[in-house]
Order: sequence, then C-alpha cells, then structure tokens
Amino acid sequence: MDVIIENLPQYWDGFLRTLFLSVISGIIALIVGTVLAAARVSPVAALRGFSMAYVEIVRNTPLTIAFFFAAVVLPRLGITFQQFEVAAIIALSAYTSAFIAEAVRSGVNSVPVGQAEAARSIGMKFSQVLSLIILPQALRTVIPPLINILIALVKNSSVAGAFYVLELFGQGKQLANANGDAVVWVLVGVAFFYLLITIPLGYLASVVERKVAIAR
Amino acid sequence: MTTQVPGDALVSLKAVNKHYGQLHVLKDINLTVRKGEVVVVIGPSGSGKSTLCRAINRLETIDDGDIKIDGKELPEEGKELAKLRADVGMVFQSFNLFAHKTILENVTLGPIKVKGVAKGEADKDAMALLERVGVGHQAPKLPAQLSGGQQQRVAIARALAMKPKVMLFDEPTSALDPEMINEVLDVMVQLAKEGMTMIVVTHEMGFARKAADRVVFMADGQIVEDATPEEFFTNPKSSRAKDFLSKLLTH
Repeated sequence: MDVIIENLPQYWDGFLRTLFLSVISGIIALIVGTVLAAARVSPVAALRGFSMAYVEIVRNTPLTIAFFFAAVVLPRLGITFQQFEVAAIIALSAYTSAFIAEAVRSGVNSVPVGQAEAARSIGMKFSQVLSLIILPQALRTVIPPLINILIALVKNSSVAGAFYVLELFGQGKQLANANGDAVVWVLVGVAFFYLLITIPLGYLASVVERKVAIAR
Repeated sequence: MTTQVPGDALVSLKAVNKHYGQLHVLKDINLTVRKGEVVVVIGPSGSGKSTLCRAINRLETIDDGDIKIDGKELPEEGKELAKLRADVGMVFQSFNLFAHKTILENVTLGPIKVKGVAKGEADKDAMALLERVGVGHQAPKLPAQLSGGQQQRVAIARALAMKPKVMLFDEPTSALDPEMINEVLDVMVQLAKEGMTMIVVTHEMGFARKAADRVVFMADGQIVEDATPEEFFTNPKSSRAKDFLSKLLTH
C-alpha cells in the first residue's frame, strides 16, 4: 500500500498523461470515425471504397503496428515529432476511428430507410439528410458501443508506455523497477487509476442513453 | 372532378424500363400528367405501381427511358436532384415522419433548411398548413404520440410546405386503420379540388371515382389501361382490368 501513497505524484502525472492521450485521441477518433462512416454510406463509390478499405485494414491489424507506423515509419518518411505523445495520439486515433466508423455505420443502418427517403423527398442534400435526420436518430443505438470503444481506447493507450510515453502504464513500469519488492501494489495502483477513468465512462453511457431515447 | 382545364405536361415518362435482377418491374412505361391533373394509379400488388411512383422523384433509379418534371430531365444524384425533389412532394405508405422532431419541426424543417425560409415565417406557414389538415393542436407533440391518420395528414402538410408543383402519394392509406382512411382521403380530395397536380397510387376506388381525372391501370409492370374513371369502372377494355375489378366487387 505504502508504495502507492509514497509515489502518488508519479501516479498522478501518469494518470493525467493517460487522460490527455485518451481525451485528445478520443475526440479525433470520434470526428474521423464519423466522417469515415458518412463516407461509407455516401453516394460516391470512391469514398465508400476508401472508407471500407481503411476500416478493414486498421481494424484487423494489431494496435502495436499502428504505433510502430506512427513512431518509427512516419519519422523515416520525414514526418518527425518533438514528443512521442504526438505519435501516440496519431496511432491511437487512427486505430480507434476504424472501430468508431463501424459503430456509427451500424447505428446509421438501424434508422429506418424511410426516414432518409422522406428527407431526400423534401429536397435535402446528402449531408443534411445525414446530419439532421439520420445521425441524431442513430445516436441512441450508437452510444453503448461507442462508450465500449472509448473504454478500450483508455486501456489501449497503455501501449504508449512501450513507446517512451510516461503515461500511467509507463510510470507503473518505472515504479515496478524501482520497487521490486512491491510490484503487486504498484500494479494495483495502476489499475485503480485506470478504473478512475473507465468506470465513470460506463456510468456516463447509461445516463446519455436514457437522455437520447426516442419514442417510436 | 376538378373544374379547371388541365394545362401543360408537368410529369412525363417515356419508354421507362426497370429491372430488379431478373424481374422486369417497369415495362416500357409512357405516361404524361398535365398541370392540375389528378391521376390515380391502381392495379394488383406487384404490378409496379409503387415503383413507378418512386421513380418519378428518383427514389428508384430506372434502367432506361426518360422522366421529365416540368420539362426538365431528372438529374443524377447530387445538388440538382435535391433541388428538383423539393418541387415534388411525396407521401409514403408508412408516413415516415422524422421521429426525433416535433410535428411542427417536421413541417418547418424543409422550408428552413432547404429553402432558407426564416424560422418565424416557416412556423407561421406550417401552423396554417397543420390547421388546414386538422392537426394544428398537435404541433408540439412527437410523431409517435399521434394516430396513424393524424401522422399521415402531417406528412401531407410536410410535403405541401415545400410548395411542390406535383404531389406523389404512394399508397397513403394502406397502413391505416379503416376508420382513419377517410380523414386522409378528405384532405386529398380537398387538395385535388384546389387544383394540385397529383399522382396517387391507391387501392381506394372511392377516391378514384370522386377525385381522379384519369385512372391508370397497371398489371405486370405495364400500363394496361389509361381512361377516365367512368370509362374505366363501367366499361374496362382489357380482360386483366375486368378480372381485377370483378375481384373487388365480390367483397
């Protein structure tokens, strides 16, 4: 126990960095994922194809590969970063956006097709049909899978610890090395701080879900 | 019957064909609807009448032939098509009111977002339309709180709010309980009297008799007869139409 209390500043530092990585990557992934989902249902075949290829490739390869790409391959192509955090954010948001695209797409498909037909029949453009009619109604079905994905994102951010980012897991690794006699408690502390983010997220899901319920 | 003289061709279909895989759903369809005309399309299910109706605002694409609205060819998917659809009102069998919007918002959304009408003005027009179809007092409710007949009348108001040149009705009463059919038909008859150009796919023969200028009978993807209601109901020419009408009369 003592090892957690004695090292609270490191934990707190790692916690904040994990929170930072998760929030920034989460926001980027939500935006990119929604755009990818929109591309997937758009009338333009090239956009549909691109979105499908992106989602299938990224979703079906390990996150570690995304990290290698962002941290090793991109710099070799001339895209360099001052901090490894940037690479971590790129990898995490690129990876997570593929899952979000799938969740949003299934939500879009859950809205009866008549809603889109009615919107088109009064002269709305594709972007209006999607943003005014379909997405607001898809939200309700999308919230639970979306929160699951965001919870996974918080945990996935631990991979950044292996790429020189001192987030929660990275700090935990250092603390474990320094306190070889109390590794179990070090890890309990790490787990506790992850739960501090993920449990409220799950709670948020049920609150939002109730708020956006639509009667049919 | 409308009293006004039908004007220029507003909707014209020439040699229109459509397939669903092997199934030839529209076979060489030729149809012209003039301004102010009310055309009722009837026929057995699976005859292609709904497909025909949906093809007119390109909710269904066609394989070949051409469809013109007010002299303009139906454009490909995109801005131009959206603009054209704003001129063609559509009423669906399943109402399709926007489930997350109030009754008033359902009617004002098109004018505000598509035509750029100011909200105050759109609200005022929408209320007038809702009063006209008899659901003004329901304005703040959500669609799910209304009966089917009320929802369908709102759907008609939503289409009218765009001030369309022509209204398409795709079996507007088929999903309604019997006691609600008349309230919707009354609105449609009124609309016909006011001179709206209408294409109505329906099974309501009473409406065809009362309001139609022409009855188009479809079977197996073809237009088999195109006649005035009197002619069609008293003296159908084809055996297919005779057969169809005799089945209706036995019930």
